[in-house]
Order: sequence, then C-alpha cells, then structure tokens
Amino acid sequence: MRGAMHARWAVCAMAAALAATACGGGDGGSGDSGAVLSASWGDPQNPLEPANTNEVQGGKVLDMVFRGLKRYDPVTGEAEDMLAERIETSDSQNFTITVKDGWTFSNGEKVTARSFVDAWNYGASLRNNQRNAYFFGYIEGYDRVHPEEGEQTADTLSGLKVTGERTFTVALTQKFSSFPDTLGYNAFAPLPRAFFDDHDAWVRKPVGNGPYLVDSYTRGSQMSLRTWDDYPGPDKARNGGVDLKVYTDNNTAYTDLMAGNLDLVDDIPAAQLKNVGNDLGDRYLNTPAGIIQTLAFPHYDDDWNKPGSQKVRTGLSMAIDREQITDTIFQRTRTPATDWTSPVLGEDGGYRAGLCGEACAYKPDEAKRLIREGGGLPGGKVTITFNADTGSHREWVNAVCNSINNALDDERACTADPVGTFADFRNRITDRKMTGPFRAGWQMDYPLIQNFLQPLYYTDASSNDGKWSNEQFDDLVDRANQETDDARAVDLFQQAEEVVRDNMAAIPLWYQNGSAGWSERLSDVRLNPFSVPVYDQIKVG
Amino acid sequence: MGRYVVRRLLQMVPVFVGATLLIFLMVNVMGDPIAGLCGERQCDPATAARLEKEFGLDKPVWQQYLTYMGNVFTGDFGTAFNGQEVTELMSTAFPVTIRLTLIAILFEIVVGIALGVVTGLRRGRPVDTGVLLLTLVVVSVPTFVTGLLLQLLLGVEWGWIPPSVSSEAPFDELILPGLVLASVSLAYVTRLTRTSIAENRRSDYVRTAIAKGLPRHRVVVRHLLRNSLIPVVTFIGADIGFLMGGAIVTERIFNIHGVGYQLYQGILRQNTQTVVGFVTVLVLVFLAANLVVDLLYAVLDPRIRYA
Amino acid sequence: MPDGRHEPEQAIAGTGMGGAMDLGVEEAETLEKRPAGPDGSGPQGKPRSLWSDAWRDLRRNPVFLVSALVILFLVFISLWPSAVTSGSPLACDLSRAQEGSRAGHPFGFDGQGCDVYTRTVYGARTSVAVGVLATLGVAVLGSVLGALAGFFGGAWDSLLSRVTDVFFAIPVVLGGLVLLSVITSNTVWPVIGFIVLLGWPQISRIARSAVITAKQNDYVQAARALGASHSRLVLRHIAPNAVAPVIVVATIALGTYIALEATLSYLGVGLKPPSVSWGIDISAASPYIRNAPHALLWPSGALAITVLAFIMLGDAVRDALDPKLR
Repeated sequence: MRGAMHARWAVCAMAAALAATACGGGDGGSGDSGAVLSASWGDPQNPLEPANTNEVQGGKVLDMVFRGLKRYDPVTGEAEDMLAERIETSDSQNFTITVKDGWTFSNGEKVTARSFVDAWNYGASLRNNQRNAYFFGYIEGYDRVHPEEGEQTADTLSGLKVTGERTFTVALTQKFSSFPDTLGYNAFAPLPRAFFDDHDAWVRKPVGNGPYLVDSYTRGSQMSLRTWDDYPGPDKARNGGVDLKVYTDNNTAYTDLMAGNLDLVDDIPAAQLKNVGNDLGDRYLNTPAGIIQTLAFPHYDDDWNKPGSQKVRTGLSMAIDREQITDTIFQRTRTPATDWTSPVLGEDGGYRAGLCGEACAYKPDEAKRLIREGGGLPGGKVTITFNADTGSHREWVNAVCNSINNALDDERACTADPVGTFADFRNRITDRKMTGPFRAGWQMDYPLIQNFLQPLYYTDASSNDGKWSNEQFDDLVDRANQETDDARAVDLFQQAEEVVRDNMAAIPLWYQNGSAGWSERLSDVRLNPFSVPVYDQIKVG
Repeated sequence: MGRYVVRRLLQMVPVFVGATLLIFLMVNVMGDPIAGLCGERQCDPATAARLEKEFGLDKPVWQQYLTYMGNVFTGDFGTAFNGQEVTELMSTAFPVTIRLTLIAILFEIVVGIALGVVTGLRRGRPVDTGVLLLTLVVVSVPTFVTGLLLQLLLGVEWGWIPPSVSSEAPFDELILPGLVLASVSLAYVTRLTRTSIAENRRSDYVRTAIAKGLPRHRVVVRHLLRNSLIPVVTFIGADIGFLMGGAIVTERIFNIHGVGYQLYQGILRQNTQTVVGFVTVLVLVFLAANLVVDLLYAVLDPRIRYA
Repeated sequence: MPDGRHEPEQAIAGTGMGGAMDLGVEEAETLEKRPAGPDGSGPQGKPRSLWSDAWRDLRRNPVFLVSALVILFLVFISLWPSAVTSGSPLACDLSRAQEGSRAGHPFGFDGQGCDVYTRTVYGARTSVAVGVLATLGVAVLGSVLGALAGFFGGAWDSLLSRVTDVFFAIPVVLGGLVLLSVITSNTVWPVIGFIVLLGWPQISRIARSAVITAKQNDYVQAARALGASHSRLVLRHIAPNAVAPVIVVATIALGTYIALEATLSYLGVGLKPPSVSWGIDISAASPYIRNAPHALLWPSGALAITVLAFIMLGDAVRDALDPKLR
C-alpha cells in the first residue's frame, strides 16, 4: 500500500505542476471528474500526424485528440456518424459529405469542410512523406499527387472539392460502397490551420478536436493529456485527463501496476497472465479485438508454390494445436482462429466461425498424411521466421514449432528463426527473401471484412507479404467492392475467403484479444475493437 | 605535462574517427531501415524513396559518413525517425544516464573499495572468504536476473520503492537501478582493491610508516590505500564509458529513458543518426575518462611524472 | 632507454579497459613486473621454474581442486550429455508447461513443457563451448597481435594501440546487438566470433605490455647480444614470462563470456533455436520468474556455478603464479 500512496502523491504532484489540475477531490463537488489517471504507452514510431501514424501507440493519442467524420462504436465497432451530418451517394463512387455544425478545434478554430480537404490533401501528397498516404488511393487524382515514380504533378486531389462551408464532395476512381465506413480511421481526421502554419510547433504539441488536449509532451517518455472542458462532442471525457507513460517493456508496466505506480496497463504481458486473477481480481479485462495472427508463406518460392503445396500448408495448419497454445501460452487471451477475419466484425459484418473447418483443427495423423501427399516439407523441415524485438512472439513460435514437431514425430521438423529487428524482418519480406512460413499479424484499420481480405491477399496489395495471387479471389473482391447491398457484398467477400481457405494462402492461428488491467482507483474501463482503452469513459476515484 | 596532454588529445583523433566510422558501417550493414517504418505492410515505393532521401540513405555509405561527420562538427546530429532532433534526445537522455552512472560509480567507490580494504587487510580470514564468495556470486549471475529479482522483491513484494523510475528520474529513484548496474563492477573493484592492498601491505613504505608510530587508520588511508588505488582508478575510469552505454539491460528493466534505452531503440529501428550520435558522445566520454585516469596516476603515485 | 620515458607508455598501456571483462588486467600488470624485480622470497637450492612452483602450490589448494573438478564434470557432460540424461532437450509437451519436479524430471518443466534438467545438461555444451572457444580465440589472437606490437614497437605498435582503443570504445552489448542481429546462422560460431572480435584487444593490451617488460630483462638483452633470432627470442625467452598474465586474465574472462552469451540471448540476438543454451533458457524463463522460478533457477544456477568455477580457478592460478603472495 505504501507504493500506492507514493504513486498517487507523485501523480498528483505531477498533475499540479503541469496543469494546476485539482487533485484529491478538493475542488468543488465533482472531484472525480477532475482526477487524472496514468496509463502505459509505447513510444510512437513516427511523428504524431494523423496520416503518418500506422501503429497502435500513436493511434491511442490520435483517438483521444481527434474526432473524425465517423467513429467506431467502442462496443459494437460499428461506424457511426461523429462529425458527419450526412454522407450521400447515388453510385457508390461520388460522395457528398456534410460536416456537422458547432464543432471546433481546441484552439477555437471552426471545423469546416476545408479542415478535412486540406488534411486529406496533405496526407496524400508525396512530398509530406505520410506513411498512410495510400488510404487516399481510391480518391481521384491520387496518381498525380502521389505517383509511383518521379515527381508529383499536382498538390491537391482532383477528386476533393469544397462546395460550401460545411460540405465537400469526394470522387473515387472506382465504386467502393463501404467507403463511408472507412472514414473513422485516423488518417481521415480533420486538421486545423495551425498544423500547416507552424508545423513544427504542432508536432511538438498536437492540437485537435477530440475530448482531450495535449497538455505537455516529452517525446520518448511521457504525454500528459487533459480534458478539454469546452469539447462540443457527445463523448466528453469523464476524468480529468490521462498521463501516458512510455514503457520499453510491458513487463515493467505490469510490475508498476501491481505496485500502484500506474493506473492502467493495456497490454498485459503473456508471462503475467497466469497471475492476473491473484494480482488484480476483477480489475482485468479480456475482450476480442480486430487482430488476427497468421503464418504467411513465401508464394514466390518454388518450394511453396508447386502442385501439392497447398496440401503441405493445410497439413501444417492441422499440426498446430491452437487450443493448447492459446490456453497455455496466452491464458485464453487469444482464441483459436476458424476463419481469416475477426469475431469483432460480427456475423453480419462477415465473420463466419468455422469457415476454415477441419483445416484449422488439430489432427496430427491427418496432418502427417497431407504433408506426405503434398510431397513432404521442403528439404524435410520448415523454419518459422519472426522478429524478436517486439511483442512476445518467441514464445508462441516456439510452441507452434513444438506442436508441429510433436504432430509429425520429428524433433527437428520445425525450428524458430528469430530476426533481430522489425525493420530487418520487413526487409526480408519486401525483398522476397523468406524461405518458409513467417509471422504475419493483421490489426484492422476499420471493422470491415474488406480490410481483413483485400490488403492481405489481393494481388500486389500492400500487406500481401506472401505475394499470393489468385484471379478468382481478386475477381470476387472486385465484385464485392462494387456491390451496393451490404449483405451481398459480405457474401461475396466470404466467397473470396473460401478461395483463401481452399489454397491455404496463409494459416490462420488465433484471434487476438485486447487485455487490460487497472488499479483500484479506476472503473468503467473498456477496450474498443482496436484493443485501445476507451479513455474518455474511464472514471477515476 | 602539457605536451603529454596535447599528444594524448592528438591520439584521440584517429580513435574517434575510427570508432565512429566503425559504428556507422555496423549500423549500415544491418540494412535498409525504411521497411520498418510502415508497419505490417510494404511502404509504397514513392514514399520509401522520399524517406530515403530525407534521411540521406540514398547516397553511398562513405558520402553519408562524411556528410554526417561534417554536420556533427557544426553541432547537428541529425533527426530520429520520429522527427525528433538527436540533440534533443541526447539532452533528455544523458542527464538521466549521468545520474545513474554517478550512483553506480559511487557504489563502486564507497562499497567496493571499503570491502576491498577490509578483505585485503584480513586476507584468508573468514570475512575475506565470505566477501570473496559473495562477490563471485554477484559476478556470475546475469544482470537481468539480479535486476528482475530485486525489482520484484523491493518494488512489489515489500513495496519499499516504486519498481520503475519516473520520467524525471531523480537521484533517489535511481538508487536501486544504480546498485544493479554497479553490482558486477562492484565485485571487480572489491577484488582489485583487495589484491592491491594485500600486495602493498608488505611494502617498505608501509612498514616504515608503521614503525614511525603513525596511527593505523592514517597508515591505511594515506599510505596504503593511496598507493593501491591505481588499478582501481583505471578500472573505474574505463567503467564510466561502459556503464553509460552498457546500461541497456538495467534501463530496460527499470524503464529508465536514458542513453541505453535510446541506443537500444535506435538500434532496433536501425536509425543510424541516433546510434552514431550517441556512440560518438560515448566515445568522447570514454577517451576523456581515460585521459583523466592517466593524469590521476601522477596524483596517486608521485613516482609517475608525465613529460 | 631512460626509465622516465617508459612511464607514459606504461600508463597508456594500462588504460581503456572496455568494461566488466577486465578484472585482472591491472593485477596482471603488476604481476608482469615481478620477474624483473628482485625476488628474495624464492626457495633456496635448485632453481625451480615458475610453473613447477605454481603446480606444487595448486595441487594442495582445495579451491583449485574443487573448481577443477567442477570444470572436468562440465566438460564431461558437454561431451556426453546422454550419459547423465536419457531425454531429449527438444522433446517438449505444452500440456506439462511450468510443472514442478516429479519422478524422472527432477528440475520440473519450463514454459514450453520441456524438461529443465535435460535442457540444463544439454545447455552445458553450448555454454561451455562458447566460453572455452571464445577464450581460446581471444587469447590466441590477442597475444599474437599484442606480442608483435610489444616486440617490434614503432608504427606497428601505434597502429595496434589505436585499434584497440577503437574496439574498447564500442560498448559490448551494443556491438552484439548490431553485429549479431545481422547474422542468421543457427550455430554458436557467430557468437564466438563476435566475442573474439570484441575481446581480443583486452588480451593484446596485456600481452603487449607484458612483452615490453619482458623485453627489458637482462637475459633477453643477453640473448639478443648473442645473436638469437627474433623467433627464438620471442618463443624461448619472452613468451614464457609473458604468458602468465594472459592465462590469468583469460580464465577470468571465460566466465564472463558465458554470462555475455546469456545477456545476448536475453536481447534476442544470441543463440537461436534449436540450439540449447543456458542463456536461451534463462532469457525464456525470466519473465515467468513468479510462476515457474525453477525454470529460471536451474540454468541460472548452472551458469553461476560454472562462472564461479572458472573464476576461482583463475584466482588460484594467479595466486600460485604470484611469488609475493606466497
């Protein structure tokens, strides 16, 4: 308890020093809503610009500081209008968007149609080096703003037109019926003029239109966010603010939580999962998130792209005891995968449990038979490549290998091959140097079945790491995108998914849950389908 | 003395160039860092090319090195991938690490030398054997095991201290990490002092001092210890550079955002500018510490004079 | 050469130890002066070599005997691990993960359900191989280069001294992360090669100053005056007097190399599966310290005992070689 006292004092002192925020409830009647919580964080890899953030840690902050046209419901994941008053289309290709009145940025500037169009043009423009520029790839004129090679010939997307203070039109290059539902993604957030006028200052201290203000930001160690009292939106924060503390090792964050030095950890290390019951009791949450782990194959390698290879791949899939691994290694914070999407999509959204069928069940004998029929493992063995620097991949890769070895009765059939850094790992993938299956994880950008299939398996798609290519699949996806009826579109996507299954393009392993643990001060902690805590709903005290 | 220092400083130049070049090449060997910046997907080629240009990665290595060194001499250490100036990273990381190193060195000096003197004077007695065994055990257990254990015991089980260090990293929070960081070197210092003391204890000047009737503590401190400190000082001097750069494991366990942490991040993200920048400063620290140590010899041992 | 001129050289020779591996460097340097100084404490009668004296001492030293026995046992299980265990270190059953000890599995199971006892036994081979081979490599490379620099002096010496400075300036852990993360080999050789690459300057520096000191001795000068060849001078007269400090430092360094492998594995750049090593097991078990401490305890214990044995051996050898402490 002494640790907890100490921590509380420190947090209060810090809050007082930084923001003169009331601490300990001495300020009027609503002491609780003024209290600040501390939460674990990772150092964002890229500058915190909306179109430049492609990982969860930066996404956390953007989710607190920005509100876009749409917002994914923290519970259902459904895209709901936030700043959008109306998004209209007659042909699934040309959209007219009306922005709600009354929204401002925290510096007082009004959020208008311009705020969106400028932000999107900025995000798409090649010269701004935005990592997520491809999100604007469907918009007309992208090829001139962001050519594959050479200099850009235009600075703005010709498909974006401001037609009024609060209305603008978007013209796409092809039909994309679910385009409005993608608009909840961070890359589509509006930006204030301050972003363009004094960019350096903005990056040091981002200004947005979300429920929180950035109070101070020490890069690499801490960001203090405080509730924006004049926030015009419906989801006003129920606490005084959040201090995000950077942890290099989530084990340390968990240790801090136990010692009362930290209020919220949103990524419980696998090694501690066994102890959460003891340590935290019911202050622990484990909910499905839109993340699926798969093993991708180098389809460019002749060893994995010959007749019968799909039998070997299916055999490997059946040699993996998903139940046991998710039970023992992950303590049920992951669920054995039975399709290639995620349960957070819901049945209507395209998730179909059991689509993978027998091919995802643990059947050692069948596995042996299939691999034999498919011509055996290339060279008699298989290595699973993963990057050792982030996440606790080593443990599950070892477990998968042991499972394969046990199923095939060969101690050296499968070996894990760690790669030192993520960059190196990605390089091998991009340079097509993989020789066996490798780790592939997919965290959805938006909760649509399209996002689980097209970027991963469509010919030459950006995350098609195995370079798998199948005409039938591509054709089904194209047709699904043009379909205006949601149910029909989902059905076509599922047909495409069946093509993935029949070829076992990638082995689905498990759906990853989000997990969080918190201190006694907190209540109403929830994780959204992106495994990010819904900070604004957390109550302190 | 002046000439000697000048000569030493001149000798630093090739070492400095060599060490930075080596690090530069090493980070470059690791390959293209851009691929790691786009998450679980392939960077689109146009953006990748732009990023390469921005970080100067499109040029040949030797040219990158020359440009980099040119910039360093004007105080520009480049930019990390997250858009932060490396100098800014340094200004937050080095103060923390310097505090951590100070505490570690302090532990080494106070505890290490004290234990060394005691065991050196009582060579072969139970206290000597006990300390010897203890230091050997400390040497042979990897740092991360000691660190994790102490963190769990003191930080969680007993709740004496917060298990991690806050971002301000004041001195008091750094005591345990400092101890863990010092633990291995502490053992070395103890053993070095012990050997040195045991050896010098029989020398003529100590006998003379005792014969003169000087009080025991004066003999030990003024005569025996002073002459026995040379190897210890050498070790500690060299250890400064090692502690500052080698605290990767300790800093990770206790979540200290210091030099080791920044170096580790820089290496994982293959960010040449961060890694070379930090190592450059570390090399300077290391060379300066060596020079200071050599000059200290003359203070400790009057027989040594630098021409 | 006047004595005063030599001092700065000595001072330079004694600086820049690259971190924690350097125990004994200074002791070695004080040691190396001894053959040159008057030694009144030697026994009367037939002059005995340093070696026979040392051996006589060691045979009676219980510390030496115990540590030598431990090392012999380690070498034995490294060569014939199947003599003490019938299991396979790669036979893992996840359903037994983290279970405690039971009949046939005295040390229990680790997080992957592998038998900790078997893995500890098999881990000895890799760990001892890393320690012994890296030490050999460091000692050979370091003493040859150091001896050449010390013997010939001049430009060759300056160059080598600067190169050693460069290597000392690279933090060991950093070097490991950078160099080893590039290598994809599944063997112990990259780790050994890396340790040799970063470790040789330590030995070369000692060997160099030892040779410089030995070179000044009257008997070497006499041999030189009599027209002995370079190779004869080095091998017959200088090496025997310079080799002692190298041996002493090397035995101590060996233990630290094994510990270094564990640290590298913890950082994810050390040995890779299916290699079995204490380092791999310790790093895999350390996050589970609360649930399955036994999986951490046994390989850590084995590592600690091994390091201890080698350090004590080095300690005993050094004491035996040091006439002043007799």
